[in-house]
Amino acid sequence: MPRSPMAPPRSFLWSRRVFLTLLTGFVLLPVYVMVSSSLKPLQDVSGKFRWWPSGLTIRPYIDIWSTVPLAKYFMNSLIVAGAATVCSVVIAVFAGYAVSRYDFPGKRVFTVTVLSTQMFPGILFLLPLFLLYVNIGNATGIALFGSRGGLILTYLTFSLPFSIWMLIGYFDSVPRDLDEAALVDGCGPLGALLRVVVPAAIPGIVAVAVYAFMTAWGEVLFASVMTNDTTRTLAIGLQGYSTQNEVYWNQIMAASLVVSVPVVAGFLLLQRYLVTGLTAGAVK
Amino acid sequence: MTTTATVEARGRTASTRSPGAARGPRRTGRIRRIGLPYLLLLPALLLELLVHLVPMAIGIVMSFKELTQFYIRDWGTAPWSGIDNYRMSVDFNAPVGDALLHSFLVTCGFTLLSVALCWLIGTAAALYMQDTFRGRGLLRALFLVPYALPVYAAVVTWAFMFQHDNGLVNHVLHDQLHLTDEPSFWLIGGNSFVALLTVSVWKGWPFAFLIVMAGLQNIPKDLYEAAALDGAGLWQQIRRITLPSLRPVNQVLVLVLFLWTFNDFNTPYVLFGRAAPQAADLISIHIYQASFVTWNFGTGSAMSVLLLLFLLVVTGAYLALTSRGRRRADA
Repeated sequence: MPRSPMAPPRSFLWSRRVFLTLLTGFVLLPVYVMVSSSLKPLQDVSGKFRWWPSGLTIRPYIDIWSTVPLAKYFMNSLIVAGAATVCSVVIAVFAGYAVSRYDFPGKRVFTVTVLSTQMFPGILFLLPLFLLYVNIGNATGIALFGSRGGLILTYLTFSLPFSIWMLIGYFDSVPRDLDEAALVDGCGPLGALLRVVVPAAIPGIVAVAVYAFMTAWGEVLFASVMTNDTTRTLAIGLQGYSTQNEVYWNQIMAASLVVSVPVVAGFLLLQRYLVTGLTAGAVK
Repeated sequence: MTTTATVEARGRTASTRSPGAARGPRRTGRIRRIGLPYLLLLPALLLELLVHLVPMAIGIVMSFKELTQFYIRDWGTAPWSGIDNYRMSVDFNAPVGDALLHSFLVTCGFTLLSVALCWLIGTAAALYMQDTFRGRGLLRALFLVPYALPVYAAVVTWAFMFQHDNGLVNHVLHDQLHLTDEPSFWLIGGNSFVALLTVSVWKGWPFAFLIVMAGLQNIPKDLYEAAALDGAGLWQQIRRITLPSLRPVNQVLVLVLFLWTFNDFNTPYVLFGRAAPQAADLISIHIYQASFVTWNFGTGSAMSVLLLLFLLVVTGAYLALTSRGRRRADA
């Protein structure tokens, strides 16, 4: 988008070059360390730091799967983050639509309450939630503590406030004539939502889904308390590469890269949607 | 939200005259019309209750109890201790209160610096990348990588870089540039604050960049064109048009950054492990320590409640101030 019809002044161009070069260096440094260290033999990462491996090797990528049960953690993370994302998006779409299209008593209270949970420090309800899950488990036999279900339930609420807030903004920007037309054609309110409003709001919904997935994929605090050996997620499982006598830095870097690839690739593929979604939704 | 009501009314009158009505009358009873929004909100509400609101209420009850590991199995039976937990938390002459105050001050300083730097870098990057130039798309994707990386993968890489014997940072500062006489310790002692701040800014600025970039797209182009006609240069356009137009976006952005940074647990936990060094003892880690490592859940809950009160007051004051400013700007 050209901002002004004239060419930018020299000072702007020059400072832009300096700033963006420095920033690129800052951003790429850890990425370079991650990639290069994951291709080094163990003595390279245990001794003085080297910019270049003494001999390139892909052994770390083979060893990571046997040092810890990485594949199992991967599956757990995938199941938990995937399920949490799907549920969170569906629930946020319904709630966002209700707030955007209807007037009802208690609407303001609902919006403020949901949004204010965003400011609770996780530590505040970590222990009570843990106790609540244990109590529910004892009372009903539904195992929430230590199970994937409990983690899914927890994670999907983490992204709800932001998702609902963003979708309210997004649905507000979808012209109401569209739903009206659908109602005229004999759709019920839900039909109008699913057939007209949701398709029109796809960028916003994608943005919300990406956010929900990333939140669940990277969460550490609740995963550290609420998982056991069989349900452990990547966030906790990666700690298994540090043993009493040796820290396998090359394997840690390789594993970090492997667990990052799906998220980063997905994020970069969908980033256009993300900016569009934010533009119409949250940033108004 | 009067528009909603009118649209609804119009939608209803339209639907009664609609060709769809010929296919038999639709059951749009009054109950259903009023009940529908509540029905749509029900799942969100139930989950918020289960995961946020009920646990928070339990947390508040727990903070008035003497809750040690002996009572954890059946926490309802733990003896009441009145406001002892709170008294202990704010007794700044005793070790517990003193450590909490220290942690609180460290967190405030850390949050201020981190939010300011994230906002500055993110805004500058977004402004520099507003116009197209060669490689802009690639850079934009690259700049979002720190935000997209899972927290533990990114932070564990930084932890490796900050290692005393085999880290990149000491190698560059000590072996290559000879800036330090001795290799420094980064993850213990006074330097840990700098290490934590670096990681936090590296991880956090792309979010500011993303939001400001989105905000820039909502500024009408004709504002710039009018300014250009009036002879305003690019720097002036940024100062007179871009930054003022971004104010509402920035108000929300700064608040979100503040809350995320203040409550950050993941970064220090992955960087330092279960016990953060004193200089980087963020409040979330501190309360985690107080609860899970010393098994004193009552005191931990009291600290959490105090923290929540602080956040409520700050957020409330912030919202009041910014909305008043906005009203004055509108008037």
